[in-house]
Amino acid sequence: MRLKSTLENYLFVLPAAIIFIIFYIIPFIWVFQLGLYDWDGILPTKIFVGLGNFKEIFFEDRIWWQSMLNAGWITFIALTFQNALAFLLAWACNREIKLKRFYRLIFFIPPVLSEVVVGLVWQWILDGHYGLLNSWLVRLGLAHLARDWLSDPNTALTAVAIVHSWKGFGWGFLIFLAGLQTIPRELYEAARVDGANAWNCFRKITIPLMIPVAVLVAMLTVLGTMQAFVLIIAMTGGGPAYHTQVPVLRILASMRGSSRFGYACAQGISFGLILVVISFIQYRFSRRARQM
Amino acid sequence: MKQETQRQVSKTFLIILGFAFCLLSLTGCSSKQAESEVTITVWHWMTDREPAFQELVKRYEAKTGIKINFELYAPSDAYSQKVRAAAQGANLPDIFGILGEKRDFASFIKAGHILDLTPYMDELGGVWKNRFFAKALSVNEFTAGNNYGVKAGIYAVPIDIMTIQMLYNKDLFKELGLNPQKSPATFTELLDIGKKIKQANMQGLVSGWGEIWMIDCFANNYAFNIMGEEKVLATIKGEVPYTDPDWIKVLTLFKDMQESGILASGLVTMVNKTAEQLFANGKAVFAFNGSWCVNVYKGMNPNLNYGTMLPPQVSDKYPMTIWGGAGSSFMVNARSKNKEAAVKFLQWLTDCDQQAYLAQVTNNLPANKDALSKIPGILAQFADDMEHTTHPSTWGVSEYPAVIEALDKGIQSIIIGERTPEQVAAEAQRIKERELAKKR
Repeated sequence: MRLKSTLENYLFVLPAAIIFIIFYIIPFIWVFQLGLYDWDGILPTKIFVGLGNFKEIFFEDRIWWQSMLNAGWITFIALTFQNALAFLLAWACNREIKLKRFYRLIFFIPPVLSEVVVGLVWQWILDGHYGLLNSWLVRLGLAHLARDWLSDPNTALTAVAIVHSWKGFGWGFLIFLAGLQTIPRELYEAARVDGANAWNCFRKITIPLMIPVAVLVAMLTVLGTMQAFVLIIAMTGGGPAYHTQVPVLRILASMRGSSRFGYACAQGISFGLILVVISFIQYRFSRRARQM
Repeated sequence: MKQETQRQVSKTFLIILGFAFCLLSLTGCSSKQAESEVTITVWHWMTDREPAFQELVKRYEAKTGIKINFELYAPSDAYSQKVRAAAQGANLPDIFGILGEKRDFASFIKAGHILDLTPYMDELGGVWKNRFFAKALSVNEFTAGNNYGVKAGIYAVPIDIMTIQMLYNKDLFKELGLNPQKSPATFTELLDIGKKIKQANMQGLVSGWGEIWMIDCFANNYAFNIMGEEKVLATIKGEVPYTDPDWIKVLTLFKDMQESGILASGLVTMVNKTAEQLFANGKAVFAFNGSWCVNVYKGMNPNLNYGTMLPPQVSDKYPMTIWGGAGSSFMVNARSKNKEAAVKFLQWLTDCDQQAYLAQVTNNLPANKDALSKIPGILAQFADDMEHTTHPSTWGVSEYPAVIEALDKGIQSIIIGERTPEQVAAEAQRIKERELAKKR
């Protein structure tokens, strides 16, 4: 009887397990296997190089690590500026303000827009010669600040990071708003009865109860931002030089530009492992934060 | 009696059945029927040529009864990916094109995906072969003893040809006080114009230098002009280092251009489409673009008043050489059951009438020499410089992609003032040595 029940349980899990194995586990093993070869993606013959591709990625490929640093900077801006903005707007929209439904709709427009369209529009806004931003700066008497934002190595990466944040804050906004709406109103009412002001309510009730939500948003932000590339292709193509190169662009460059299919697979596996490690560290930190 | 009648009916039925079978079999053997059943599938990426191809398909179908199914996959990046994926699964169509370097072309051949067209080209005393510009055909040819290990032969058919050179806006030349009929002949003259452009707060040269390969093309033009073909190829073979003074001179040209003001702002992240828009709308004095731009500019601004010019020479020791040759080429799938019909279609497509039609409708240079007399005026200017062309696919050796990337990204760094020509040369050489060591 117990055996039958166990088998029944496995039977229910089986379809999901099969899909997971076919679409996740097997491709992962296959990609890892290809990462052990020197292969151009066309020839039927592959040269086995063992962990040579991985060795090259970790110890010789300087551009790869520069792209990781660039992605790290974009992620840092997203974790701070983007998520702070998302939280503040969600907090504001959760209060009794006029047109709050309208604001909710507006704030969620950027994430649903096509990344290519957003990239091209912002490319036009930030254009050094005909761009809207420079035009405004000149009108405001700040002509000395005008520059070619996307071709200047000092500003290109930050400009891309800010546009990425603008494009992505809507997701965080939505999750934060959902989180804020789960906090019972009674807690605020009780606090007010006890003499707490708005700041105290925010600090002692809102922030502690929002920590799990913030951790979730942070994890999603890191995973999403580290893999960003469509917006970057549309805005700068990874340039000038290597200033806006990110790991996914490097994988594409290996696969298409250099015809190093095996190396690109090894880069994909390495990048995946790095993301798993980052997520694990975040998870450990979040557990500790929740315990405190 | 009844049994006999039944036997007779069965016999008659069998005779009718047998007759019907023979009739059907004979009908099946009819050549017209067989031909009408053939459908040739062609994959391509040429959005601008799609309506013209569809029109030609109708004409071919009316003439032969063979169906041609042109399938467009754009943009070119997506197309390139699709062809590679199809090659891995041996699912390539009857006719297709490859977007990539000669090395990729060789891999497709070695993997058995591409039919050797040499026997067809040589048929009837080489009638088909002799239609084409020699330089257009050489891009698709592997010579004996080539470095790629491919059997000597012609493996693709050029549909059109192209040259990549400089263009200048004649109206903006007038505004700058220059003679619109006289383009700069030397690099010094070009730099002088750069100073005027800077003073007039105009935009100078626009091009798709954010896409890397166009920088590579421009740098190669000057490498050929400064050190000659032999030394350029010796560098690719690893016999001359990139730290050689001649290479430093090539890289320094970009620094000089940036300082003179000849380069447009934002050039290092500019895609070619943006560059085309700027030039077509009269917002840039110079452009560096391929002959396909004639059609693009015509669509964007039919009144654009411009001329073509070779990049101005730095040295008179060697001639100025530009990239050119086959623009787009089609290959026949060696595994296709319709390969004979596919070859026949390509022979028809590259016939004078069809080539002239393509040139007139799409404003691309025809690969067929005889169709050249029927092309529009500005295209003829591009065709005139065909004698100055070369193409990496004809060199017999390929530079490592990592080295090309280091050089081209390095040139971007020089333009933005981040690195010196010497630093870029040293980095390119370091990567070259790393790649050579790997090969050893």
